[in-house]
Amino acid sequence: MDAFAGLAMGFANALTPINLGWALLGCFLGTAIGVLPGIGPALTIALLLPVTFKVEATGAFILFCGVFYGAMYGGSTTSILLNTPGESGSIITALEGAKMARNGRAGPALVTAAVGSFVAGTVGTLGISFIGPVVVELALKLGPAEYFSLMLLCFVTVSAVLGGSALRGLTSLAFGLMLGLVGIDLQTGQPRLTFGVPELLDGVNVVLVAVALFAVGETMHLAWRHLEGNQEVREVGRLWMTASDWRRSLGPWLRGSLLGFPFGVLPAGGTEMPTMLSYYAERKMVRPEHRHEFGTTGAIEGVAGPEAANNAAAAGILVPMLTLGLPTSATAAIMLSAFQSYGIPPGPMLFTQQPVLVWTLIASLYIANVMLVVLNLPLVGLWARILKIPTPQLYAGILVFATIGTYGISNSVTDLVLLYGIGIVAMFMRRFDFPTAPVVIGMILGPMAEQALRQALTISQGDWTTFLTRPISTAILALALLALVGPRLWGAFRRREAA
Amino acid sequence: MNQPSPARLQAGTPRADLAVGLVVVALGLLVLYAAWAIPDSPLYAQVGAKAVPTLVGVILVALGIGLSASAARGGWSGGLEEAMAAPPTNWRALGLLGAGLLVQLALIDWLGFVIAATIQYVLVCAAFGSKRPGRDLAIGVAVTLGAYIAFSKLLGVNIGAGVLEGIL
Repeated sequence: MDAFAGLAMGFANALTPINLGWALLGCFLGTAIGVLPGIGPALTIALLLPVTFKVEATGAFILFCGVFYGAMYGGSTTSILLNTPGESGSIITALEGAKMARNGRAGPALVTAAVGSFVAGTVGTLGISFIGPVVVELALKLGPAEYFSLMLLCFVTVSAVLGGSALRGLTSLAFGLMLGLVGIDLQTGQPRLTFGVPELLDGVNVVLVAVALFAVGETMHLAWRHLEGNQEVREVGRLWMTASDWRRSLGPWLRGSLLGFPFGVLPAGGTEMPTMLSYYAERKMVRPEHRHEFGTTGAIEGVAGPEAANNAAAAGILVPMLTLGLPTSATAAIMLSAFQSYGIPPGPMLFTQQPVLVWTLIASLYIANVMLVVLNLPLVGLWARILKIPTPQLYAGILVFATIGTYGISNSVTDLVLLYGIGIVAMFMRRFDFPTAPVVIGMILGPMAEQALRQALTISQGDWTTFLTRPISTAILALALLALVGPRLWGAFRRREAA
Repeated sequence: MNQPSPARLQAGTPRADLAVGLVVVALGLLVLYAAWAIPDSPLYAQVGAKAVPTLVGVILVALGIGLSASAARGGWSGGLEEAMAAPPTNWRALGLLGAGLLVQLALIDWLGFVIAATIQYVLVCAAFGSKRPGRDLAIGVAVTLGAYIAFSKLLGVNIGAGVLEGIL
């Protein structure tokens, strides 16, 4: 099915009153929870997953699309008004946005972030609609050997390329792989790493791990070094951009969107790199008379560009998630687990077997995007009020909801012990600068990689060279190797040059 | 922050980093032991049940050794901006928070979610410096009751009313 026919069908489905209602509810909940300091889109979706217990698949995914875009939007509001980015992608927004807010320009910063998110969301969603089917065509030609190589590439890029240290990133990934192994082995039926605990036979729930990492661990880490006193929430002021603000934002919006989307689509998924690149690009390209605003009073270009890059990359991440079934960010991993809980495995077959679901989902992304820009600016006063919840009540509430969400899955105290235990691990991970996203990705991709490995070896009748004799697989493995050792070799080379 | 000057390194930080490395090694050994304990499958499989767990165990041990080596060269966490700017450990906050978690674990099956979570709520508020436990109790009851009703009535998820069974 081509993109236009697909979109027509998708919109016809998504525009029913009930589905519009789900999109609206998703946008509202996503923004309201995403705006809470320290809560990013991954945790927002994880906390709202229980909704899927009652809602049929299409409705639930429309809801999640709204939540996803809403949480991204809410996160930028927090970055600007409170200077506490909820996820790595909005760190850069906080950099310039908080400075603008401190200088009484919170209003323009919020507007440029909102409109920038809209522009990026539109570019990104257009990208999904037209690139998605192309990727599906290619993906259908890939066998298990290529899939396995692709997953290895994902492992390397999410853990070793992004973030501060390859060693620590890979350790996080291995921890996630370990968690993913717990439970009954699908092929042989053997219990693995369960240590005789019957509750572990079903495996560790990925939502539990995400909530432990992002909510419990974060709360504990804050308590560890807690100082009394509340953070100051900046006043919103007038939501108005001058003609000059519009002129200065337009270029960064478009450049940020075009820069961010490809980064999301590649398995190098991650929003840090494109936001950072966009920031540096805008700082270079800004007109000389505004250059001094960067890092001092806050430059609007430094909010518009990175915010657009962040949203476009986040939309781009949906391409590998929907077409290949490969999650390359924590948020995508949680969405994938939601698909799994409905027994709908994402991947190239999704487009052929569930075309209605896929295209309704894509159409809802457009709708959510429009809803957000229409709803959120008038409601920004409400979001700012949510930010004024005092720290004690906020984190107590987060812990209570983390607990009920986990306990609701299984009614088992064992799960709560796991939740708090992994939370303690996450606290130390924060302290010692281990990234947490690779844990979630390793946990969900690990079992998929093992399955692909087994299928590939079954097809090749046990011949391990199959990964090297198939050209596409070889090329992907070479890329993975390059991503793993390339930066280090380059560094060694540079040092020798310098010496 | 690539090369923190020795003067800025906190005393004892390399030792803390070394502990992290050794914990990762220990975790790897634990995975290796658990992989070894998986009985051999009667079914033939090219990649059996043990293969991937063993591999993950080996990787963890290797990474742990790498982290320990990095700690021996001076460690990494002392140079983190966040760690250097951090105030001292707040034992009171950590203790109250830990108590809140333990209370939840001990009471949820017995007294039910609403009561256990309300106590947890008050303890966590206190951990983050709230001085008005009475008000926290009132908010806690409202929040947990609201959550309970949303889950059990709207979503149809049974989360156990405990001793309040019949009242709720």
